Amino acid sequence: MRLVAPRLLAQVTKELLSVWRDPKSRFFLIGPPLIQLFVFSFAATLDVRNVDIGVYNRDSGSRAYELVSRVAAASFVRSLHPVHGRADLRRMIERREVIAVIDIAESFSRDIDSGRAGKAQVILDGRRANSAQIVLGYLNGIATSLGAEFSGSIGASGESAAVRHWFNPNLIYRWFVVPSLGGILLTFITLLITALSIARERELGTFDQLLVSPCTPIEIIVSKMAPALLFGTALGMFMAAAGVFVLAVPFTGSFVLLLVSMLVFILSVVGIGLMISSVCSTQQQAILGAFAIGVPAVLMSGFATPVENMPRVLQILAQAIPLKHYLIILQGSFLKSLPPSEVFSNAWPMVIIAFVTLSAATLFVRGKLQ
Amino acid sequence: MSSQCSSATDAAQSPPLSPWAVEIVDVCKRFGRTEAIRNVSARVLPGKLTGLVGPDGAGKTTLMRLMAALIAPSAGSVSVAGFDSVRDGERIHALAGYMPQRFGLYEDLSAMENLRLYAHLQGLQPNLHRQTFERLLAFTRLEPFTQRLAGRLSGGMKQKLGLACAMMGRPRVLLLDEPSVGVDPVSRHELWEMVRALTGEGMAVVWSTSYLDEAERCDQVLLMNEGRIEYEGPPGELASALEHRSFRLRNPQQDRRLVLSRALDLKSVCDGVIQGNSVRVVLRKDAGDEEIHGLAREVEAQLAPVAPRFEDAFVDLLGGGPSGTSVIAARMTPVRAEGKVAVECRDLTRRFGNFVATDRISFQVRQGEIFGLLGPNGAGKSTTFKMLCGLLKPSSGQAHVMGLDLGTATSQAKSKLGYMAQKFSLYGLLSARQNLEFSAGIYGFTGAAKRERIGEMIEIFQLRKYLGASPNDLPLGFKQRLALACALMHRPPVLFLDEPTSGVDPITRREFWTHINGLVRKGVTVLVTTHFMDEAEYCDRVALMYQAKVIALDTPDGLKRTVAGDGAAEPTMEAAFIRLIQTVDAKNAELHARQAA
Repeated sequence: MRLVAPRLLAQVTKELLSVWRDPKSRFFLIGPPLIQLFVFSFAATLDVRNVDIGVYNRDSGSRAYELVSRVAAASFVRSLHPVHGRADLRRMIERREVIAVIDIAESFSRDIDSGRAGKAQVILDGRRANSAQIVLGYLNGIATSLGAEFSGSIGASGESAAVRHWFNPNLIYRWFVVPSLGGILLTFITLLITALSIARERELGTFDQLLVSPCTPIEIIVSKMAPALLFGTALGMFMAAAGVFVLAVPFTGSFVLLLVSMLVFILSVVGIGLMISSVCSTQQQAILGAFAIGVPAVLMSGFATPVENMPRVLQILAQAIPLKHYLIILQGSFLKSLPPSEVFSNAWPMVIIAFVTLSAATLFVRGKLQ
Repeated sequence: MSSQCSSATDAAQSPPLSPWAVEIVDVCKRFGRTEAIRNVSARVLPGKLTGLVGPDGAGKTTLMRLMAALIAPSAGSVSVAGFDSVRDGERIHALAGYMPQRFGLYEDLSAMENLRLYAHLQGLQPNLHRQTFERLLAFTRLEPFTQRLAGRLSGGMKQKLGLACAMMGRPRVLLLDEPSVGVDPVSRHELWEMVRALTGEGMAVVWSTSYLDEAERCDQVLLMNEGRIEYEGPPGELASALEHRSFRLRNPQQDRRLVLSRALDLKSVCDGVIQGNSVRVVLRKDAGDEEIHGLAREVEAQLAPVAPRFEDAFVDLLGGGPSGTSVIAARMTPVRAEGKVAVECRDLTRRFGNFVATDRISFQVRQGEIFGLLGPNGAGKSTTFKMLCGLLKPSSGQAHVMGLDLGTATSQAKSKLGYMAQKFSLYGLLSARQNLEFSAGIYGFTGAAKRERIGEMIEIFQLRKYLGASPNDLPLGFKQRLALACALMHRPPVLFLDEPTSGVDPITRREFWTHINGLVRKGVTVLVTTHFMDEAEYCDRVALMYQAKVIALDTPDGLKRTVAGDGAAEPTMEAAFIRLIQTVDAKNAELHARQAA
């Protein structure tokens, strides 16, 4: 089981050439990831803009007027629709004319003036749960600032009621999406390159040729890491640079630490990809395998929903997903200037994943000989 | 009056009566700049078996697809049963059955599901399904395997299933594109008998093949070369023109491979092959027989005229086979004899679950020997082969290459062997030169030694012209040379060839064997599996495997002798093969009967 340099070199060259010489695979390596990065940076936004809101104002006081005019002036609102009665309210929500209706009780102004909390109900369209939740958040902000202002006039401290978002004070969604997208796209590219590599050789019969040669399984696995490691790192760096220089996401962390974690991350994904590839006998199986692993990995990585909110079992399972750890490092490096200790504490699980999966892939390749 | 009426409507529905099943008139077919078919005219008769033969790239498949109305001719016309292939393509699809070379079956569906799918595709009425399936399954004897996935059927069974699917709509014309590639002699024989039965029912069958012994048994032959029809007519007529030009040098006192090489280098000889311990030669047209008499005297062989075969005529028509001297043989340094035995296996057994693929196989291959491994599909020969070159670990028993145990000294043993498979195993995404560099690299060559080896291979196999091209774009002959160059880069003393010439035309096959003969004369040991019985004749010894066991191991002549003596003066290798297997079957049946009793 020695790694003999010339043999390894020949295999690495072969691997790099077989990815790079094919104009189609070269294009798919570069084109779609970059296009996706730019498109999704704009499309995959959770910012809510241009919404229509209904107002069922049963109060004729100045406080209610104040609230309505502030909502009307808010940047996320396109237009306000007056609501006349319950039936009207129901109809507007049902027909999706508005995403939410603010129902202001008759006592709203009176309550605030007499020092109690003014109560307004917000009815949301549950079919658009995500956007509705965000709208509610925005509306709460307005109501709070309104209350704070008024309470300020009667002398209480209003500071604590206002929310301040650290690291991303203006809640610019792109700042969050761009670094994460870099990680997700890298996962898929790496997974596909490696998942196809052994399966393709097996399908075309070249794998037998490789197995009858003196090449060892370790050499085969090491050489198969090369293209993903090289092209993956280049792509990852390029996407990070595009995020900083084109999409204007601040980069506050350490570049060197990010590069090191990127290499570890790619290795761990390469391990998963090669593990898939070593058990598949056709490229079709390999692609299906890559997606069967890749999609849940992204969903459970904490990109869409926080890992902490998942059931306990899934939280434990999420530890085995390299992207989960890498996303923390990515977002931290961009926005939080993540300290080295934090980077390391998120990098070592990836080292373990890489070690386990690459060893498994080597064993599977050797197992195929038996 | 009424009968007139009905005949008039008949005439409106059916085409003008044509005596030909297929008529091809002045057809050309171009793909971009390449002219695949050049001005071809030919006819296929109903109730006859028409063989379509020619070297690789002659245009056989294109002609098949033209007849199946899958592509339109660039010029000229093709009509099937009187229907024009361009105007009435749909009707031709309904009355012709086409079995393509590959991709004919859905490998992930069972045999029965494939039948059902084709029944639907061909618009067979649902109430006829059952009886049609029964008829076809009985005909192809596939009833026991209806639930098996098509991908898991043996090569022969796949072709039978393909045939069944093509016959679904009771076609009047059946077009079979290389149905016998990768099929063992027994299944090939069965397939042939089935098709014979169909022509008996009046069906026209076109059978394209690279087995010339099959072509010889056809009623009619279309011989194609470079897009043209070179001969159309009964095969015997073409062969009879070579009367008095075929000879056999029996039992020469010199190495028969050397004798063949010397014979092929004679100006008067256009083709030659090895047949067991004899060498068969064909003289050029109008050439005298003095040279061959001279050679026979020199090597002390008995020279006897033999009846010409279709294959002789085929090679002669295409300008003769390659010359006898292999450049590799001239350049290769001889392998030093380190031990007498090159490959040895003892009690080699491999089980897959409960299934025993090979059952205590033992044999020895001497250095400098060509050893053939023959047997029907599924007999266990490729399992044996894989264990011998280290692709598969035996369940028990040992395999040695050049005295090294494949189980323990894996890497060293592997560096002693070269391997070339049916699919050539070249990297299509790499250029020819990069393929050579890769092969040199994985056997540990660097720097000057590497450049020297690669340069040598380029020169020996004359690959310079194609260095920048992808192996996929190379002509078949060069692709094969490149694969052989890659396998020989590290000058292995033992060469494993796994069906190296499957689907390869006779001329390219001859060139290949010239190289192999040259290598063997340099001391290289060759292990080969093949379905071509004429290639088995090149072997020094042949092991015939059946039902996981070696049922016979002898020289080709020895094998033929064991089945001789019952009438047939000189059985062919194929006859010997089939007879030996039938003997085992008969013994098994007898045993079963006795047990039952």
